[in-house]
Amino acid sequence: MFDFSAQLKQRFAALQSSAQFFSLRYVKQTSQHLSVRKNVAAPPHLSTDEGAMLTVRLNGIETYAATNDISQRGLQAALEQAETQARLLAPHALLNLSDQRVSSSRADYLSPNMSSPFPSLSDCYALLSAESAAVPKDDRLVNWQVSLGLENVEQIYLNSAGAEIRQAQRYVFPDLSVTAFDGHDSQSRSLGRENFGQQGGAEVIATCGLVGAATKIADQALQLIMAPNTPSGPRDLLLTPDQMILQIHESIGHPLELDRILGDERNYAGTSFVKASDFGTLQYGSNLLNVTFDPDIPEQLASYGYDDDGTEATKQFLIKDGVLVRPLGGALSQFRAGMDGVANSRACSWNRAPIDRMANLNIEPGDKSMAQLIGGIEHGILMSTNSSWSIDDARNKFQFGCEWGQLIENGELKGVVKNPNYRAISAQFWRNLSAVGDASTFKVLGTPNCGKGEPNQVVRVGHASPACVFSNVDVFGGDA
Amino acid sequence: MSHQTQFKALVESLHGAITHQERFTLSYNAEESDFIRFNHAKVRQAGRVQQASVNFKLIDDGRHADLNLTLSGDSEVDRQRLSEALHQLRDTLTLLPEDPYLLLNEADWQSTNVQDQPLPDSDHVVQQIAHLGEGLDLVGIYAAGPLYRGFASSNGAFGWHQANSFNFDWSLFHENGQAVKANYAGHHWSDEGFARRFNLAREQLTFLGRPARTLAPGQYRAYLAPAAVEEIIGMLGWGGFSAQSLADKSSPLQRLYSGDLSFSPLVSMDEQVSGSLSPAFSGEGYPRSDLSLVVEGAAGDQLVGSRSAAEYGLTANGAGWGESPSALSMKGGSLGLDDVLKTLGTGLYISNLWYLNFSDRSAGRMTGMTRFATFWVEDGKIIAPVSTMRFDDSVFSLLGSALEALTTERELILSTSTYSQRDTSSNLLPGALISRLTLTL
Repeated sequence: MFDFSAQLKQRFAALQSSAQFFSLRYVKQTSQHLSVRKNVAAPPHLSTDEGAMLTVRLNGIETYAATNDISQRGLQAALEQAETQARLLAPHALLNLSDQRVSSSRADYLSPNMSSPFPSLSDCYALLSAESAAVPKDDRLVNWQVSLGLENVEQIYLNSAGAEIRQAQRYVFPDLSVTAFDGHDSQSRSLGRENFGQQGGAEVIATCGLVGAATKIADQALQLIMAPNTPSGPRDLLLTPDQMILQIHESIGHPLELDRILGDERNYAGTSFVKASDFGTLQYGSNLLNVTFDPDIPEQLASYGYDDDGTEATKQFLIKDGVLVRPLGGALSQFRAGMDGVANSRACSWNRAPIDRMANLNIEPGDKSMAQLIGGIEHGILMSTNSSWSIDDARNKFQFGCEWGQLIENGELKGVVKNPNYRAISAQFWRNLSAVGDASTFKVLGTPNCGKGEPNQVVRVGHASPACVFSNVDVFGGDA
Repeated sequence: MSHQTQFKALVESLHGAITHQERFTLSYNAEESDFIRFNHAKVRQAGRVQQASVNFKLIDDGRHADLNLTLSGDSEVDRQRLSEALHQLRDTLTLLPEDPYLLLNEADWQSTNVQDQPLPDSDHVVQQIAHLGEGLDLVGIYAAGPLYRGFASSNGAFGWHQANSFNFDWSLFHENGQAVKANYAGHHWSDEGFARRFNLAREQLTFLGRPARTLAPGQYRAYLAPAAVEEIIGMLGWGGFSAQSLADKSSPLQRLYSGDLSFSPLVSMDEQVSGSLSPAFSGEGYPRSDLSLVVEGAAGDQLVGSRSAAEYGLTANGAGWGESPSALSMKGGSLGLDDVLKTLGTGLYISNLWYLNFSDRSAGRMTGMTRFATFWVEDGKIIAPVSTMRFDDSVFSLLGSALEALTTERELILSTSTYSQRDTSSNLLPGALISRLTLTL
């Protein structure tokens, strides 16, 4: 761990620069993606990636140069490229960053259980093969796949103000999906995929629910292919955590990103229906809604000690008792907006610059058991596991679809329905939050694929949530 | 040392390092990119990225594994990294079973395409943007520089693709929040050409100052400009033409390929690799073929990667990862651009769609939003910009029963995607006149 640290520090110390401030962010990532599809092992995909980004502050502007050449000469050349660009572009700069504070922190951060190795490749394939073989023989089951993604990331941040932040993290992404086909329609059911990942090693694989899940997932795919379509009309909507994370992500996370509110993303990811003046006053949701930026749940995907600009991460409420209180904005956005934010300046790797990103964005548990949530619904529907997501560029009008639906009548779960979809407007939807599940319904989940930024970046994002009920939501099914 | 020379040196080193029964493929990806972001017509964030990597596949006795490896640019360091990768892959292969779907291209094909037309200095481009954008609320990104793609195999196949390109993708915002989107991209930067494109966007901005109209949900006549059509085509590319997705029944076009449903006879789509901006070979070592995906509304060829070819007994045709099109060309129709508003009559002129997804994938039903310069048109005249609306409709309606006409003129849309690396894909598309588009929210 941190094998390159001493050498990198030496090279950083030897860099020559006339910049007011400069920094180096080194990232090395190794990963393996293993998969068994329909009882045939696919070839493993392994990856080793490393490089560094040099950032300079000169004449009030910050520019960067990212390089795959991490030799002394390569780092110096990148630094000089960044300086040259800073001098050329300073007259056109949007911001004067001369007075922005910089980090001088020194710390290490490690994922849980870093000392225990990942399971061997043979053990992983044995697990995947066993799970694949457990899918029952049924002509209607036309496809199934079991996968494991294992990633190991080391990052070292050094700057001319003396900061030295080293972080070593490991991630596990399991995935099991089964597709059923009846000659006309197809339905898929999955576990993991885009809505689960955690930091850690073998213990995540053991506890994530993948082992022994194939029979149940296959059975649910068959139930779906035989189920009627979701009926149309208003219903109370019970979302389980594996759909709540998408709901939080799209209609709370993105609209609260301060760089969107400041207009940086208007050409690509979009803007926000939230204005800077809304913080402290806007009733975002019902008073049951409490949303936190929480870097302190060790296994959650985006738990870390410091963000990629070197700001220490601490838990903060973004929405308290339904009232919007704080944006998702890192040090630079806070400097621009004159607002308090969080440590969420993040980059996907060494070749992209940090921008405001979600990290761990969670809903705090309430006081209702799952039985109480269901029991409190007279005419409703339970939906699980996201399959479709679409929302406008201001993050307001959305339509989401799930894999699994189950009607609720008079406080009891009833029949399974397929193609469950719902649509609403963010600014109204969260005010219809009528019940929040307790800690027994709370799950620590996340996604490996949150896209944003120009140039584009994909980062890992953690979301933890209880099950929640929303009243009077427009739900509907598919065509098939 | 040039990228091509470095790549050839690595290939040579592998030839000398493998045993007589081992085989390899090596694909190469590199770029040097300037990325300059703008907000309020000023530089918000700027930098340069230099990156290079190889994807190394080792094959031995029916077993194979892939390792993607960052290169440093130093030939000695990279030879060492490749050597260590070879050992790692050898160790890995001993743990694997034979792969029944391994299908290597044994041909020793050769392909070279080098386009090294000089690009302007980025500070010159920034000055042009600052000059034209003065007083305007401009936001966007300029991405430019050379990119390199290579492929080699132990059988002697060799492909090289090298191109300089730029892509300025931007929006102009009216103070009321409405915006128009524009793009200027290619290999040859012209200050005059850029100014013409810029002024066109600026003219459209004036229409956006009118009070916006909010529409009720319902069905409307609509014209989809090529950029809006691209969003729909992009969704179909997500597994639609993929041999594996069609076999797995996860394709949104499975009912087209089964013959149960069809598009309008006006619709023909090709994967037109020849003459496109993307490499003529796939990362797994197959020359890419020109294909007829949809012929007068009926299903045509599928996109077939080597793994699908082996599993389903098909012929590999150079499809890349995900078996998605990357040079899709849709046949134009008979509607002249000057006649679009008149033929539309009363309805929606939609410049762009945004954030599409499937509301019923197996039925080909999709939802999405209007975004950028959507107008309400009455009697062939633009009346007002329209507030953002959601649609939810079947592609078999949009490109089928509701498709009235396609424009004669088509637009070449170069990808602006920069996830991991700058994308080389493109679409050549007409605009589409639709008799009914279902708006839901």
